Amino acid sequence: MDDFRTAFFTALGLLVGLDRDLVAIVCLSLSVSLSAVSLATVLGLPLGAAVAVWRFPGQAVVSILLNAMMGLPPVVVGLMVYLLLSRAGPLGPLGLLFTPTAMVIAQCLLVTPIIAAFTRQTVADLHEEYAEQLRSLGVGSRRALWTLLWDGRFSLLTGILAGFGRASAEVGAVIIVGGNIHRVTRVVTTTIALETSKGNLPLALALGMILMLLVLAVNAAAMVIRDTAKRVYG
Amino acid sequence: MKQMGALSTKPEGHTAARVTILPLMVHELCYEVGGKRLLDGLSFHTDVGPRTVVLGPNGAGKSLLLRLCHGLIQPSAGAITWAGAAPETARRCQAMVFQRPVLLRRSTAANITYVLRLQGIPRRQRRVMMTAALEQAGLLPLAARPARVLSGGEQQRLALARAWALKPQVLFLDEPTASLDPAATRAVEALLDQIHHTGTKMIMTTHDLGQARRLADEVLFLHHGRLVEYAPATTFFSNPQSKEAVAFLEGKLLW
Repeated sequence: MDDFRTAFFTALGLLVGLDRDLVAIVCLSLSVSLSAVSLATVLGLPLGAAVAVWRFPGQAVVSILLNAMMGLPPVVVGLMVYLLLSRAGPLGPLGLLFTPTAMVIAQCLLVTPIIAAFTRQTVADLHEEYAEQLRSLGVGSRRALWTLLWDGRFSLLTGILAGFGRASAEVGAVIIVGGNIHRVTRVVTTTIALETSKGNLPLALALGMILMLLVLAVNAAAMVIRDTAKRVYG
Repeated sequence: MKQMGALSTKPEGHTAARVTILPLMVHELCYEVGGKRLLDGLSFHTDVGPRTVVLGPNGAGKSLLLRLCHGLIQPSAGAITWAGAAPETARRCQAMVFQRPVLLRRSTAANITYVLRLQGIPRRQRRVMMTAALEQAGLLPLAARPARVLSGGEQQRLALARAWALKPQVLFLDEPTASLDPAATRAVEALLDQIHHTGTKMIMTTHDLGQARRLADEVLFLHHGRLVEYAPATTFFSNPQSKEAVAFLEGKLLW
């Protein structure tokens, strides 16, 4: 119990004092995860919608794969990206290993299936309602896709949030491809892992609390947007 | 081409084809699902002008007939021919309003501009046409409101205004007032009257006899997937030929 109290005051102290290192770590965490989620959104929304609306051979298989990939273990994704980016790997010459960019790539791979699978479900439900009307209007399949994505935009926010939750909370992928280098690739989760192994539990706990606050704040904001929009747009 | 150029200077000149797609000819039309014959050997043809009401008890195949004519589903046998055009062209000259209006999760105005954009109408013109369409439907004060929070009657009027904005030659209506109260029904019927007077051919289903009497110029009476009677409305209501139609008009339950 004592640990928690110390942690609480440590966290408070760090937050109030706007500790330079802490701010840098939190900012890097946010920028890596937000970049990864943005990229995954750009990829995942059209992918999920296409799987939902377009009829093509192997559609069911792709759906199953998308759902299965939601559960990809972060360390495995980290390892795969590590192999791709390492000196000897196919993308080695780019020199991206142990940079924030590598972390964005790894998290993007983790998050894209989540957003795509969620989009597939949402768009498929909406399509069931819209299909006949769109066909009656002579809407082509490509335009139908954008129409459905646009009309489902507020529901899709939930899927994007789930993706952000996963990205900001995972440690396995970023620690492998980022290397947890002080002031370069050290993010909140990797710092927690490091401080815990060093026995600095109060600091680790304090960082944990900050991480939870962040995720809570982002989720709350998005929920408010979604619910307001649902009420306003029906 | 010369004729098209001359016509396209008129504001309403964006209708996909300038030649009429009517008459509609239906020949030995059948529709089966899983070996069950839901429509059986329907033949009729209908031309510009009279409002056609497809009448019959629930499950007679009224909605199916509309969907087949509109090309949303394919017949199992038989033919649907639009005299003036190939099926794809014909489709662009038709619109359909469904029993439960399918409105986009956008503003009332955006529901109209969406279909205008589909027709390739330039942005500035879209606004003018949208305003006109909403005005005619009495929905202009609600233009900025999200379509999905309108009342049932307003939603159906918006669906009608949207269909009408396409300037169709043929408008299919599937039980357009089935779930509306009398006041909303009256408003929708008033709008249907306006649409009729602009020369759009209406083909609608209903199981509401009162509505059929008010709106029909000719009646297609379906029962168990068969066309039992096809007659001008006055003849059908005053002197029905089949015993099914007699029973239906007397308000007896048919099955």
